[in-house]
Amino acid sequence: MRGGRVTAAAMIVCLLALTVLPFIGDKFTVQFVTKMMIMAIFAMSLDLLVGYTGLVSLGHAAFFGISGYILALSTPQYQAANFWVSLPLAMAGAGVLALVIGCLVLRVTGVYFIMVTLAFAQMLHYLFHDTGIAGGSDGMYIYLRPDASILGWRPFDLEKFGDFYFVVLALFVAVFLFLRVVLRSLFGQVISGVHVNEARMRSLGFPTFRYKLASFVLAGMLAGMAGYLSAVQFGVVNPDMLGWHLSGSVLMMVILGGMGSLVGPIVGAFAMMLLELGFQSLTKHWQLPMGLAIVLVALLLPRGLVGLVSLRSRNKEAADA
Amino acid sequence: MPEAILETRELTRYFGGLAAVRGVSVACNVGELHAVIGPNGAGKSTLINLLSGDLPSSGGSVRLRGRDITGLRADRISRLGVGRSYQKTNVFLPFTAFENCRLAAQSRLPSSMRFFKPAAGYGAVSQAAERALVMAGLEGREGATVAALSHGEQRQVEIAMTLATNPVVLLLDEPLAGMGAEESARIVELMQKLTKDHAILLVEHDMDAVFAVADRLTVMVNGQVLESGPPAQIRSSRAVQEAYLGTGDVHV
Repeated sequence: MRGGRVTAAAMIVCLLALTVLPFIGDKFTVQFVTKMMIMAIFAMSLDLLVGYTGLVSLGHAAFFGISGYILALSTPQYQAANFWVSLPLAMAGAGVLALVIGCLVLRVTGVYFIMVTLAFAQMLHYLFHDTGIAGGSDGMYIYLRPDASILGWRPFDLEKFGDFYFVVLALFVAVFLFLRVVLRSLFGQVISGVHVNEARMRSLGFPTFRYKLASFVLAGMLAGMAGYLSAVQFGVVNPDMLGWHLSGSVLMMVILGGMGSLVGPIVGAFAMMLLELGFQSLTKHWQLPMGLAIVLVALLLPRGLVGLVSLRSRNKEAADA
Repeated sequence: MPEAILETRELTRYFGGLAAVRGVSVACNVGELHAVIGPNGAGKSTLINLLSGDLPSSGGSVRLRGRDITGLRADRISRLGVGRSYQKTNVFLPFTAFENCRLAAQSRLPSSMRFFKPAAGYGAVSQAAERALVMAGLEGREGATVAALSHGEQRQVEIAMTLATNPVVLLLDEPLAGMGAEESARIVELMQKLTKDHAILLVEHDMDAVFAVADRLTVMVNGQVLESGPPAQIRSSRAVQEAYLGTGDVHV
């Protein structure tokens, strides 16, 4: 269990660093880390599907984007939406969409599943792109960030970047802990079983479809949370939030960090965005070195960046035994 | 004679133009071990797949406790009390032997849509898993990842998982294949013990084992029942001997 203790210690150090960051970092850094944590929530939600349930979705941005659109469309023109109402509303909307799409796409498996998830997300993308809903291809602005007042008392002000940072940090930690609990529950055991051997799960008596659907909805709602926060942060939504490009990026984050662990997608999201930032500062053609870095990780670390750590601890365990 | 707990009538399954199982009527009773034997390709495994719901039938019916279960999905049939093991080991390789059996035992809870309480906190489920492991002779191996177990031990996990679902009807598809002599003897003894309060349908190639445990035998050839009856009748049947000798597959 020593590997576990080291991991726990590392996580606490990271959490402390994230907590003190707004007190020492400049505005750009704080906003950038906010964005990284939002993407980490998004990546964790996808990992529930890809890494734990064994469902490789290439349309996960649909739930991220729809949630942003729900916020934009439910925000009155010259007023702020209420945070405590609009966040659950956006997540519920993403959940309902996931329920509808899930009922259809979960009837196919393997490469066909990848194709139909992509197809549904693209349909949604073009629905917002080609019709006049919410500004068409230009998207729509959210002029005022949601207001967090409860009966006149306002615990935090999302217009302040520091407050927003802590709200995102709290939700990021909450999602991590929530998924940890869920994965150890009866439900978590079932989806892991489905991932390894779905036919055997059925012959053991599990109606696997409804568990896959529940996982799909849960992942959709958490992606919705990330999409909501992203819309709040940038004050704008547009059809790209639903597009395959974003679905591909978040899938790459999960793979880069390591599927099937909760730390993996977090590491993947942070690493990819830092690499992007680093290469962007070096060259206009940053996507070339970026692609190269991803190819290298895929070739050298088949289990992702977290494989680097567990590889070492396992070797040590073997040496100790 | 009491009404059979599991019974088929004229069960048929085609693969394209080939009738893998044709007009098969068999019955299983609690307290009885019914062995199905026959040369390779006789349709024995297909019969089990039809009974467990892994394959839909092309015709005929299956009744469980008098209720028509033809066409039900595998998970429904399993929850009605029909457990099966597979000829080709079909387990969860990355999980431990205990986790494999716990997952099997968990399937007996009304629902696994429980998101918060840890799976390890369900005492009755863990106990059922533990019992199944001991019955299959895996005590001391609970914590081992199944991928790291020997082939014989994986076969034992396969059986333990089936037992952990607490079935009334057991469909065992060549449970002894790939097992060492000691484990085989243990499983034969287990089958004899289980027969008291289970209905067992056994497909097996090890004829010594079959004649040691079977109360009734059905011989299948080319998807059809050639003969069915008590072991002594089958042993002395000329038709059965000819069928086996005719295919050059000498087991009896």
